[in-house]
Amino acid sequence: MDSGDVAWVLVSAALVLFMTPGLAFFYGGMDRTRNVLNMLMMNFYCVLVIPILWVLVGYTLSSGTNDFIGNLDGFMLKGIGAGDGGTLATIAYLGMFAAITPALISGAVADRMTFKAWAIFVPVWSLLVYVPVFKWVFGGWLGQRGSLDFAGGTAIHVNAGIAALAAVMVLGKRRGWPHEGHPPHSMPLVMIGTGILWFGWFGFNAGSAGFANGQAAQAFMNTFLAAAAAGAAWVFVEWKRDGHPTNLGAASGIVAGLVAITPAAGYVSGAGPIWIGLIAGVVCCYAVRLKTRFGFDDALDVVGVHFVGGLVGSLLIGFFANPAFFDDESFIAHGFMKGIFYGGSPRLLAEQALANGSAIVWSFALTFGIMIVLKKTIGVRVDAETEYTGLDLALHSETAYHGGAA
Amino acid sequence: MKLITAIIKPFKLDEVKSALRDAGVEGMTVTEVRGFGRQGGHTETYRGTEYQIDFVPKVKVEIVTEESGVDRIVELLTDAARSGKIGDGKIWVTAVESVIRIRTGESGADAI
Repeated sequence: MDSGDVAWVLVSAALVLFMTPGLAFFYGGMDRTRNVLNMLMMNFYCVLVIPILWVLVGYTLSSGTNDFIGNLDGFMLKGIGAGDGGTLATIAYLGMFAAITPALISGAVADRMTFKAWAIFVPVWSLLVYVPVFKWVFGGWLGQRGSLDFAGGTAIHVNAGIAALAAVMVLGKRRGWPHEGHPPHSMPLVMIGTGILWFGWFGFNAGSAGFANGQAAQAFMNTFLAAAAAGAAWVFVEWKRDGHPTNLGAASGIVAGLVAITPAAGYVSGAGPIWIGLIAGVVCCYAVRLKTRFGFDDALDVVGVHFVGGLVGSLLIGFFANPAFFDDESFIAHGFMKGIFYGGSPRLLAEQALANGSAIVWSFALTFGIMIVLKKTIGVRVDAETEYTGLDLALHSETAYHGGAA
Repeated sequence: MKLITAIIKPFKLDEVKSALRDAGVEGMTVTEVRGFGRQGGHTETYRGTEYQIDFVPKVKVEIVTEESGVDRIVELLTDAARSGKIGDGKIWVTAVESVIRIRTGESGADAI
């Protein structure tokens, strides 16, 4: 890495860090006034504990040449110093991803999980689920077989999305759901969060090139286009279907598009990102309705947006991966397969399905297990009174909005 | 003395205030409230799911006056707050036993 590359990765790392507060506002605005601080704290907690966990063991366990799990050679960044700025920048950059991934799950368990259970869940889930899946996808057995995941569609969004489903299946529904509706308490907060997420996502995707090069620029452009296309698709679907274009539809579409382009950002070009965005926007707009049909209380639609969006984007790589943009030879020299629309065989699509299937099975089973153990030991649900009066006051002794006379 | 309480549409507050002030009413108390009457609530749609919002935002206006002013104030209020559509609100009048001005200790009609 030359100095320009190091500079770009450092800037990208800061951009990705900013996504966690962005996510906190995105979720917090959708939550209720009495639980918004709990939601913010669940997100911020991830940037309190994961950075330390990441440099202790997370990074070293997810790197190296093994198929399934790394080693402890780099415990506490052993042997990595200022002489290797590129590696340090990359470790910091990847630490930001490690922090936001469990934070994604918080939206599903909103309004009813004890903070004590969350405090244990986050580091345990990171080590048992995030680290191995990350390793398999990036340099491990799934990556070696030829599946593609540019910035974490499988390793982050599908992984956290299916974990969210497993978590709410153990946690159970909020009291009163779905008969009692709880509309977002602050749409402006949701829109601010969405803007921060989109901004940070340029670091998430374009930074994943690892260098300040043409692939980074293409990933940047793709991130720009897919989010716009998906936001537009969602808004027009609901405008036609429900009668009104809504802010929440725009926000949800933008995030769905960002999720969907994440795995594909460095491998598609031309109209590819627009198609991926449009498809993800429409599919996710309908997918968020499945929770009421199947009765799982994914409070803020982590499954419908992150799991479905990530899966859609990841599978679409099988069609849209475009070697022409990256000059055919280097694409193939890297062992990358072409998408079906660019003369490739269905093999890439099959590998994408295998990679996501493997991540889904591991993440669902382990997350379910972690939640069951927590439930049997310290419990995962707040008591009925806390659920009614609100988690902010009961668990954090704080109130988001002091109305009336101060 | 009487207390006139009016529940009105929030966007009518400025008209109500101007009409009463022009007619010489010297004070009023305003509170933001929520409630429903025959209008019922409304629905809002988020991510394709409809939510019934039962309690609609309204403004409560309270005016204490001498008995002789009641009819005129109620008429002014009714005219200023009426949009003609459902949800315009209600006015009711109740008896007031005593009124005291805190600064001077005056009471009764002098304190209004």
